[in-house]
Amino acid sequence: MYAFAHHRPTSVADAVKAATSSSQGVYLAGGMTLIPTLKQRLADPKDLIDLAALADLREIKPSGGGLSIGAMATHNAVAQDGTIPALSALAEGIGDPQVRNCGTIGGSLANNDPAADYPAAVLALNAQIKTDQRTIASDDYFQGLFTTALAPGELIVRVDVPKPDSANYQKFANPASRYALVGVMVARTGGDVRVAVTGAGSDGVFRFTAAEQALASDFSPGAVPEVDAGMMSSDIHAASDYRAHLVKILTQRAVAES
Amino acid sequence: MTQITLTVNGREVSGEVEDRTLLVDFLRQNLHLTGTHVGCDTSQCGACVVEMNDASIKACTVLAVQTQGASVTTIEGLAEGDQLHPLQEAFRDNHGLQCGFCTPGMIMSARDLLARNANPSEQEVRDWLEGNLCRCTGYHNIVKSILDAAQRMRASKAA
Amino acid sequence: MSEGIGASVKRKEDQRFITGKGRYTDDIARPGQTWGYFLRSPHAHAKITAIDTARAQKAPGVLGVFTGQDVADDQVGNLICGWNITGKDGEGMKMGPHPILAQGKVRYVGDHVAIVVAQTYNQAKDAAELIDVTYDVLAPVVDTATAHQSGQPLVHEEIPNNLSFAWELGDKDQTEAAFSSAAHVTTISLSNNRLIPNAMEPRAALGDYDSGTGDFTLYTTSQNPHVARLVISAFVGIAPEHKLKVVAPDVGGGFGSKIFIYSEEVACLWASKKVGRPVKWTGERTESFVSDAHGRDHVTTAELAVDGDNKITGLRVKTVANLGAYMSTFSSAIPTYLYATLLSGQYNIPAIYAEVDAVYTTTAPVDAYRGAGRPEATFVVERLVEVAARELKMDPVDFRRKNFVTEFPHQTPVIMQYDTGDYQKSMDRALEMADYAGFAKRAKESEAKGRRRGIGLSCYIEACGIAPSAAVGSLGAGVGLYESAKIRFNPTGNVMVYTGSHSHGQGHETTFAQLISTHLGVPVDQVEIVHGDTDKVPFGMGTYGSRSLAVGGSAIVKAAEKVIDKGRKVAAHLLEASEEDIVFDAGQFSVKGTDRTKSIQEIAFAAYVPHNYPEGLEPGLEESAFYDPLNFTFPAGTQVCEVEVDPDTGRVTIEKFTAVDDFGNLINPMIVEGQVHGGIVQGVGQAMLENCVYDESGQLITGSYMDYCLPRADDVPSFGVDMTITPCTHNPLGVKGCGEAGAIAAPAAVINAVTHALGLPHMDMPATPQNVWRALQAA
Repeated sequence: MYAFAHHRPTSVADAVKAATSSSQGVYLAGGMTLIPTLKQRLADPKDLIDLAALADLREIKPSGGGLSIGAMATHNAVAQDGTIPALSALAEGIGDPQVRNCGTIGGSLANNDPAADYPAAVLALNAQIKTDQRTIASDDYFQGLFTTALAPGELIVRVDVPKPDSANYQKFANPASRYALVGVMVARTGGDVRVAVTGAGSDGVFRFTAAEQALASDFSPGAVPEVDAGMMSSDIHAASDYRAHLVKILTQRAVAES
Repeated sequence: MTQITLTVNGREVSGEVEDRTLLVDFLRQNLHLTGTHVGCDTSQCGACVVEMNDASIKACTVLAVQTQGASVTTIEGLAEGDQLHPLQEAFRDNHGLQCGFCTPGMIMSARDLLARNANPSEQEVRDWLEGNLCRCTGYHNIVKSILDAAQRMRASKAA
Repeated sequence: MSEGIGASVKRKEDQRFITGKGRYTDDIARPGQTWGYFLRSPHAHAKITAIDTARAQKAPGVLGVFTGQDVADDQVGNLICGWNITGKDGEGMKMGPHPILAQGKVRYVGDHVAIVVAQTYNQAKDAAELIDVTYDVLAPVVDTATAHQSGQPLVHEEIPNNLSFAWELGDKDQTEAAFSSAAHVTTISLSNNRLIPNAMEPRAALGDYDSGTGDFTLYTTSQNPHVARLVISAFVGIAPEHKLKVVAPDVGGGFGSKIFIYSEEVACLWASKKVGRPVKWTGERTESFVSDAHGRDHVTTAELAVDGDNKITGLRVKTVANLGAYMSTFSSAIPTYLYATLLSGQYNIPAIYAEVDAVYTTTAPVDAYRGAGRPEATFVVERLVEVAARELKMDPVDFRRKNFVTEFPHQTPVIMQYDTGDYQKSMDRALEMADYAGFAKRAKESEAKGRRRGIGLSCYIEACGIAPSAAVGSLGAGVGLYESAKIRFNPTGNVMVYTGSHSHGQGHETTFAQLISTHLGVPVDQVEIVHGDTDKVPFGMGTYGSRSLAVGGSAIVKAAEKVIDKGRKVAAHLLEASEEDIVFDAGQFSVKGTDRTKSIQEIAFAAYVPHNYPEGLEPGLEESAFYDPLNFTFPAGTQVCEVEVDPDTGRVTIEKFTAVDDFGNLINPMIVEGQVHGGIVQGVGQAMLENCVYDESGQLITGSYMDYCLPRADDVPSFGVDMTITPCTHNPLGVKGCGEAGAIAAPAAVINAVTHALGLPHMDMPATPQNVWRALQAA
C-alpha cells in the first residue's frame, strides 16, 4: 500500500466534507474491494474516509412493503433479513463469510464491479439509490464498468428496494474468484418483468430487455430468447459465446424457480 | 502514525501504526502474535482469519486503524489456559491439519460458523469454508474436524 | 504396542499449530532485521539496457540496492540444475546460465532485476518503484509445443532452437516392430496442463551474516536444507559449507516447490553481508505465482499397440517438456527419469520407446511438483488404456485386468524393476467400494434429471523412495539420494532423533517417533524428532519423492539397530551374561531364558555414567546411520472417480471418489489417509480447476487466486479410502511411500470419468465448465 491518512467522520455531512476537501479522497465502507486494491498498489488515494462510525447507515428498515437498506449494511445483514427472499439469497452468495461480515451494499454499488452480484438485484428490483444529494433510479445509476452516476464525493446513504411479487437470482460463479461469471436476477411485479444480468456484459450490468418483453407475455423458461454474444465480455474462464449461452440458461432457471 | 487501542485476546493493547498498516501486520509485528498468517494478497486464502467483535474477518483486509476500540480474538486467544477449544481438539483428533499454515484461519472461521449454526451439515461446512484455502488436507479431515467439534460443543452445552 | 508401528497416533506437532505457536520462517525476527524487496521483470523477454538505482538508493530507510552487476562484481555463482541428462546425440544437456539477479537480459515475467534492502518492507517496496530500468523488449517464446521450432526467438542465445536436450528411452526398433504387427493401434494427443504449486505458506527467506564469526545463517522455506547449503556453498559460492547454516523451521507445505534453490534466498544471504544486517524477504502470493517453480507442462503424442488377443504389445510416446526460462534444481530429471521410466504403468508392455524434447521458453522455471513426472506418465498410460478399451469395445476394467503385471519381480523395458504388488486386489477393492456394478443404475437416474454420469479408473504406479545413489548417479544425478539419521539417548533415558528428512506437513515428528517406539521400546512422548537445521542434523537429502519414510525411516531403523547392538554389550556386562545370550524386546534387554532384565533407559544411564561398564567400550549411547535404498519403491493402486455433468452449463460435479492404494506397510494409517486426501484434491485440481495460463506476450494471466483456481472445500466431496498391502521387499520397514499417489492417479481418473460421461474419446485438462461445454458443442 502507498501511504494515506485515515479519517473516521461521525456524520454523513462530515464524511462528505472530508471527501470533497481532499485532493484524492475515497470512502472506505467494508473495504473488501478497496483494501485489496490498495494492497496491490493499484490505487494511490491520499485520504481514506472511513464510514464505520455512521451507525444510521447500518440500519435495514421496512419501507412500503420493501426495504430501505442503509449503505453500510453488510451482506450478512441483508442475507439475514429475509424480507425479500431473492435479495437475501443473493447476499448470502456474495464472496465468503468473512467478506459478508464486512462488505456492504453501498460499497458494492459504488464500486460497480462488472462481476458483482448486487447490481443485478438493484437493477432487476428497480431499486432507488439514495445519496447525500439525491435519489437515483437504478436504470440511471449503472454507467458501465466500475462507473456510476455518482458525482465525485457523492455518498450513497441508502438503497430503497421495493418488494417484488416474485424474484430469483441465479449465479454461475467464476470457479476461481467466485465472482459471478454470469448472474441473472428475474423479478416480477404485477405484469412487469425485469431481468438484470451481471458478470457477462462487456459494459457491465444490463437489463435483458428482449427476455423481459418475452416473459411479460409468457412467463416460462421456453420464452427466454437467445442472447447476442457480441454484447458479452470474454476472458479465460468464459468466452463471449459461452457467457451468452449461460445468460440464457440462467434466465430460464431463474424463471423456473421464481 | 496513529495511536490505536483495542482489546486483543481479552487484554487491552495499544500501538503506534502507520495508517496503511493492516491488522494482520499489527498482530504479527507489533504484538508478536504470529499465529495469524498471510497466505495471499487478494483476500482469498483465509489464513489470516480472526474474530473481531463477534464476527470472523480477514485480518489482511482490515486496517489496524479500523480496529480502534474493537475486540479481537486470534488463534492464540482461543484456548483457556491448557484447556483447548473443542475445535482445536477436534482438529488434532481428526488429523484436520498437516502443515498447519491454514489451520488458525480454518479454526477461527469454523468458530464463527458454529456460533451461528450449532449443527451444520457437511455441505454447509464446505460452503462456509469458501474463504479458507488449504493445500494439504484435501479438506476431508477439516470438514470432519468441524463436524466433530460441533457435536462436542452441542454435547457439552446439553450437559 | 498401541502407539508403535501401525497405530493412528495423534500428531505430536499439532499442539503448536492449533494454538498459533507454529514457527514459520516469516515468524522469525532477528535483531536489526531489515527487509528485502525484489524488483521483477514486467516483460517476458527483454534486454536490460540500463538500470539507474540512484533515486532508490536515496529513498527513506534504504540500506542498499543491488543489481545483476553487483552480483557479477562479487562473483556470486549461478544457480544450477543438479542432474545432467545425456541426449540422443550423446551430448550433455545445454544449461543456460541462471544468475540470482538478471544480467543483461530478463527471461520471464517475475525474473529478478534488483533487490532493495530497507528498514521496513514498505520502504523497500516504495524505493523499488524509483529504480529506472530501460528495457529493450524482445519477442517472447510461450508455446511449449513450438518453442524449439526454427525461427523462434532464443531464450539463451548460445542454445540453438531453445532445446536443452532431445532424449530417448527404450528400444526404438523393437517398439516399431510391435506397432507394425499390431492388430489395433490407439493414438492420442494430449497436453499435461501447467500448474502452480501454491503451498499455503509463501516462500520466505531470512539471511543473517555474523561479521564477528564470519558465519552465515539462512532461515528458509526449504524441503531440504542440506541440499540448499550444498548448492549455495559449492556452486553459488556465498560461503563454505562449514560457515553456512541453513535452517528450515516449520514449513507451510512444499509439494516440490520448496526443494529448489531460488534467487531470493541466496540474494537475502548475500545482501545481509553487504548491508551488515539480517535481511528478510517474505514472498507475496503474487510473487509465488510468478516465481515459484511451476509444474507439468507437457505436450504429448502417445500410441498403444494391441494384438488380436487384446494384449498390449507396445507403447510409443513423444513429449515436449517445458523447462521455462532457466533450468531449476532438478528440472531435467522430471520429464525424463521420473517420467518415461513409469510408462509401463501396471501393465505388461514388452516394448516401450519414449522421446522427450526439453525446451526453454520465456516463462517461469518448471520443476518437480507433487508427483513430478509420474502424474504425467500415469495420465498418458491411463488415458491410452481407457481409450484403447473403448475402441476395442471392452470394459476398461477387463482390458486393464487382462494386461496387468501379475508376477514379481517384474522388469519393465524402461529401467524399473517392480519388486512387489497386487494390482488385481487393489482394483477389485476399489471397484467394490465405488459400487462399479451399480453404475448403470445411477447413470439412468442422472439421465432422468437431464444430467450425464461417467465413471473412470486410474490404475497408477509410481516410483518412490527416491533413490538408489548408484542408479541415479549412472543416470546423471549430481548427488546421492540416501538419507541420514542419528539417535541420541539422553542420560535420563529419553531420546533425540536427528533426521535429514524434513517435515512440512507430513507428520514426521509423530511417525518417526512411532518407529522408535516399536524398535527401541521408548514411548512416543519420550522421543523428540529434530529436523531442518544443518547444524543439528547429519547431512541429509531432505523430503520429496515420497522418500521420507522409505529412506529416512529406514535410516532411523538402521541407527536403532546400532543402538541395540551397543546396548546389548552394556547389558551383557551389567547382567553378567554373554552378549550372545542377551535379547532385546520392547525396550528391555534380558538374558535369554531368565527373568534378568535391564531397560534401555537403564542401559542409557550406565552408558553416560560408566562407573560399571564394559572395558574398552566407548561411553555414551548415540548412533548414526546412512541408508541408501537398494531400489525404488513402487506404490500402486486404483482410484475411481464418478462424475455428473450438467450439459447445459458444462459443470462437472464429483459424486464419488474412491482410492485404494498399496503403500506397503503403514506406520500411521491416519496420516497416510490424510496424505491420500490431499493428493487427490491436487489431482482433481489439475483435472478440473487449475491451469497456468500465459498470454501470447508472456504475461501470466493466472497470477492470483482470482484467476488460478485452487480447489476449495465445496469443489470436492469426502473420499472413500482404503489400502491393500504388499510390503516392499527391500527396505527394513516394508514401506513404499504415500505422499504423491493422489496427485498421480486422480487426473486420469477424473478425465476418464468426464469423457465417459460425455461420450468423447478425450478432452484436455482442466475440465472446467467452459471446456466441457465447448467439448459438447464440438461433439
